[in-house]
Amino acid sequence: MNQQHSPAHLTVVYTPGSQLRDPGRLFRHMFRDLAASRELAWRLFVRNVSARYRQTMFGYAWAILPPIFATLVFVFLRDTGFFNVKETKVPYPIFALAGMVLWQTFADALNSPMRMVAGSISMLTKINFPREALILAGIGEVLFSFLIRLVLLVVVILWFGTPVPWTIVMVPVGVLLLVALGIAAGVLLTPLAVLYHDIEQALPVLTSLLMFLAPVVYPPPEVSRGSLMMTLNPVSPVLDTTRAWLLTGSPEHLTGFIAVSVMTLALLFVGWTLYRLALPLLIERMSA
Amino acid sequence: MDEEPLVKLEHVSKKFCRSLKRSLWYGVKDVARELAARNGMTQLQLRPSEFLAVDDVSFELKRGECLGLIGPNGAGKSTLLKMLNGLIRPDIGRITMRGRVGALIELGTGFSPILTGRENIYVNGAVLGFSKKEIDARFDEIVDFAGLGEFIDAPVQTYSSGMHVRLGFAIAAQLNPDILLVDEILAVGDMAFRMKCMNRIWSLMKSGLGVILVSHNMYHLQAFSTRAILMEKGSIQAEGKPVLVVGKYESRVAASAIRLSEPEMAGPVIFKEIRLSLADQDVQAGKELPVLETYEPFGITVRYELRAQVSQGIQLGLIIKNSEGNRVSGFTTGRDGERLPGEPGSYTICFDFDSNLLLNGDYYCGLSSFNMDYTQTLGFWEPAVKFSVRTPGYNGLGHVGNVFLPHRVSLSSTSA
Repeated sequence: MNQQHSPAHLTVVYTPGSQLRDPGRLFRHMFRDLAASRELAWRLFVRNVSARYRQTMFGYAWAILPPIFATLVFVFLRDTGFFNVKETKVPYPIFALAGMVLWQTFADALNSPMRMVAGSISMLTKINFPREALILAGIGEVLFSFLIRLVLLVVVILWFGTPVPWTIVMVPVGVLLLVALGIAAGVLLTPLAVLYHDIEQALPVLTSLLMFLAPVVYPPPEVSRGSLMMTLNPVSPVLDTTRAWLLTGSPEHLTGFIAVSVMTLALLFVGWTLYRLALPLLIERMSA
Repeated sequence: MDEEPLVKLEHVSKKFCRSLKRSLWYGVKDVARELAARNGMTQLQLRPSEFLAVDDVSFELKRGECLGLIGPNGAGKSTLLKMLNGLIRPDIGRITMRGRVGALIELGTGFSPILTGRENIYVNGAVLGFSKKEIDARFDEIVDFAGLGEFIDAPVQTYSSGMHVRLGFAIAAQLNPDILLVDEILAVGDMAFRMKCMNRIWSLMKSGLGVILVSHNMYHLQAFSTRAILMEKGSIQAEGKPVLVVGKYESRVAASAIRLSEPEMAGPVIFKEIRLSLADQDVQAGKELPVLETYEPFGITVRYELRAQVSQGIQLGLIIKNSEGNRVSGFTTGRDGERLPGEPGSYTICFDFDSNLLLNGDYYCGLSSFNMDYTQTLGFWEPAVKFSVRTPGYNGLGHVGNVFLPHRVSLSSTSA
């Protein structure tokens, strides 16, 4: 959609033809709309968060119940010897819970763009609003859930009385990168997911598979064959480094972390551009 | 600047796909072409299962104008509005929009059912592009306009559909657009609220707003529009004065919309045949559409069979309805106590009309039969026959409605 905005007359021209033919204008509009979408994103965020838990009895507890139970399962499996994990530097329940919370945050972020777009189809096909708002609101929800889980994590850490390292100040950076990575991957998948619901069907399977390929409930292996996993799964170095910042203060995969950061920023921008370009074409196909 | 049109469409076309599977695959291809910057490079070609939902449409809209879009479902009106709103883009052609665009399309989109009206005002306002400050300033006016009273703090899922729309409109009415796109929203809500909406749009039009209105309600359309366009299968079929375009549309639709049915066979009275007799021809039901002229005499002949004894005698009812199904005139043979024989047998009854007072349009007849105190329906056939009426000198302006009341006019000069 070639849009020529001249501020004086507010004139918009719609013509066929790829927006990529004038990338300068496309990128200007992307940042303009990002700025314009903040207010709406905040409203959608507030709406979704308050609507999600209003019709429940346990309310916000639903954000922390799944990681608690998942952790309990792994603690039980490990204690009974069904699940063999080498000694961790901090008590295993804290280690596993921190892993679960961080992984869940990544999984939420991965799902968020698709969920937001699918849930807003009636708005998308009827109202012209800055589409960036959906993604921003989704990020807000992911961070909100993380904060609730963080409270749980802090309570458990205090309970076990493990010392808190100074590197905890770095944790927000790690979490933001984890969220950015999930969002970038999610946004890249969104156009296809809007058209083909196969993605929606496959994603839960894929996510749980990926979880066991990342050092979530076990520490990263040191043998070379196992460490291949650390390089192939980009979530691994981010998750492990963030957890180390939170619990031990001595991250072991900083290089991987930095490499993934650079890659994530690039992916995020590519995904955002794809989202912009694809949405009008997708709306044609989804309008009921 | 003011002479420049607010909206200008130049040879706009848009294709759609009939098959879901293909449509999805084309979607993938289109995204790929967009990424390769190949979209719009080549001539438009229809791929298998594709058709033009909007086909070479051009028009302009000026300040203070209201353009009514009419046409059957699937004519491409909503697709056109979506393009004007920037939701989807044309496949050929060029659309120029000068000014802020507001759209009243399915009001209340984005409402969350379990949030209260108050919360939803802020959400919907933000969707439409208002800041919190702007909504705060207009909040009371919105609540007042919607007329929701204490319901404003109840969840929206407890609202009636009318309240839902009222709240949606009250928020959208705060927009101060240059161009307003309205899609069939005035169909909901009660009469008083509809009037309120119309007045609001009218006052905006006076201050230079341009409106594009899609409606199936021909009354609204004629009341609002300064110009109308008839669309069919994606292309413009007629353009001009609303009353003329509406007339054209109605006459096109009406004839095909009325489906004649078979007579009811369960009761004691079985209708066998209905004929219209004009001055010079005799037309059987179901054949080509008879055309009656206003003021000319005509007759209706009905053949029926009574299969059982009805001791009190029977009566027949004849009703004439217009193409929208509204009753224009109806009467029974027994309205003054007159009885038709109740003995079994075959009968033929004639209704002769001295002068046809129906006005230009399409009509159909229905037949019914009752016992004398109307407690039992003995037979039924509707629509039994359809016909067109042609009024000499009809232009949609000199005569309106379905019936002409004969009258004389006298004029005398009154000095003050």
